[in-house]
Amino acid sequence: MISVEHVSFHYPGSSETLHDISLKIDDGEFVAIMGENGAGKTTLVKLFNGLLKPDSGSVLIDNVNSRDRSVAELSRQVGLIFQNPDHQLFAETVGEELRFSLKNFGFEESVIENRVTSLLTALDIEKYVNASPFMLSGGERKRVALASILVWDPKHVVMDEPTIGQDYLQKDRLRNFIIQLISQKKVIIVVTHDTEFVAECNPRVVLMSKGRIIADGPAKSILTDQTMVEEASLVLPQMTQLMRSIPELHAPDDIIDVYAARKFLLQALKARVETRRERR
Amino acid sequence: MSLRFVEGFKFTRIDSPIHRMDPRAKFILTLGFFATSLMFTNVYVLLIIFLAQAPLIILAKTWRRWGRSMRGGLFLGGFIFVMNFIFGTSLTLSIAFTLRFFAIMSAFSFFFMTTSADDLGLALDQIHVPYVVSFTFTTAVRLVPTMALDAQTVVDAQRSRGLELDKGNIMKRIRNYIPILIPLIISAIRRSVELAEALESRAFGANENRTSITTLKLHRSDYAAMAATVLGVVAAIYVYFYLPLPNLIIPFKTPHLFE
Repeated sequence: MISVEHVSFHYPGSSETLHDISLKIDDGEFVAIMGENGAGKTTLVKLFNGLLKPDSGSVLIDNVNSRDRSVAELSRQVGLIFQNPDHQLFAETVGEELRFSLKNFGFEESVIENRVTSLLTALDIEKYVNASPFMLSGGERKRVALASILVWDPKHVVMDEPTIGQDYLQKDRLRNFIIQLISQKKVIIVVTHDTEFVAECNPRVVLMSKGRIIADGPAKSILTDQTMVEEASLVLPQMTQLMRSIPELHAPDDIIDVYAARKFLLQALKARVETRRERR
Repeated sequence: MSLRFVEGFKFTRIDSPIHRMDPRAKFILTLGFFATSLMFTNVYVLLIIFLAQAPLIILAKTWRRWGRSMRGGLFLGGFIFVMNFIFGTSLTLSIAFTLRFFAIMSAFSFFFMTTSADDLGLALDQIHVPYVVSFTFTTAVRLVPTMALDAQTVVDAQRSRGLELDKGNIMKRIRNYIPILIPLIISAIRRSVELAEALESRAFGANENRTSITTLKLHRSDYAAMAATVLGVVAAIYVYFYLPLPNLIIPFKTPHLFE
């Protein structure tokens, strides 16, 4: 569980980046933190593993104050996957890249090998175990970076823009992988601009703008609120836009993904067929 | 670990007499401090060279950031002192080499904090340095803050993977920097390749006879600063060859650990 209580933060020499943020994320929850560039999303998640400490207020990870623990201690509980994989990859092989953090956390050799193998398989990169991470494509490097964090099995997983540079198939795999992690009662936090990805995953959405939380609730209600979405410099999901562009359909306002749209259209079609039958 | 000391080498537009100075005059001033620092190993003289920069820093209203860059240099300064000391240099000379490092660092911090990359490029163009060379140099200067930001992100990313930079003995601490340096070097190479491609795509170097809308002009104050620098360097040469100076003497036997 992550609990953020009245947190404010500013970088030295700049104005306040986060203003009085309060947020509670329970075990097994999937949360998408969304908002415009510079809204404070990445700053907020850096508070979760202690890279940044709040100016005021407190961040509690499983009831432990982040101020009382080092980054290494907090990272054991909170795995933070950075946006750009090139900022963390350095080892000669993909396998070594995954072993690095396990060695830092003091895992035993036998455990290290088991974890590395299972994670590479889960993310479909086992064939690259002996390859240099620098020779892989952008999407593959991103998966190696993801694997290098998940390998120590942190209870809370924070992903900063995980869908950038991923093709549709990989996004779909990521979505399924997230669902799998949630079933293990992990806390999943995704920082993203990708409205379509969020619409398809349908998590709880925390919308940020100018260092404040402006909305917090289910994706269905947040991402369909035009005013709110525009305030955070986002756009409505494509399915919502499509349904609203055809008023004759009388579609509900909260359709955000292709599955809900399909369900509604099938019902509407059936109703129309039945009406015609009755007329005949 | 914070890389905020890089701010001590970053230009910020401030209205001050030093910022208004011609970059060529500032460069000569910096070279003056650099040359005299290299000339002497006398602790008192090096201390004077270091302290002589203080009025300029204050006049440029950059003393806070200068202080930050000096604090950032403490690790390297300490390293220079320790290495000299344990490899048999006298205590006085170890102090002198450390002071020399800080004097040189301070001079270049002063120059880069008060000179914009544009002014630097203009100055290089006006002393007929080929445009490709001046462009490369100014681009490198411009990229310093970006690289510093990258370095901070890399440090954060590796700390998030359990890396503790300040843990272990000196050798372990040096090894701890490998996961920081490799991503930085790789991303710098990637960035430079992308930059080169972007420049070529925009016809960089197609026209060799470039002109500039702005031209730099030396003012009286610039000439005065340059003259003062030349006089200072000449005086330093005279003192070096003809004036015996008292030096700090510390009666302490160095350990000679490796003999």
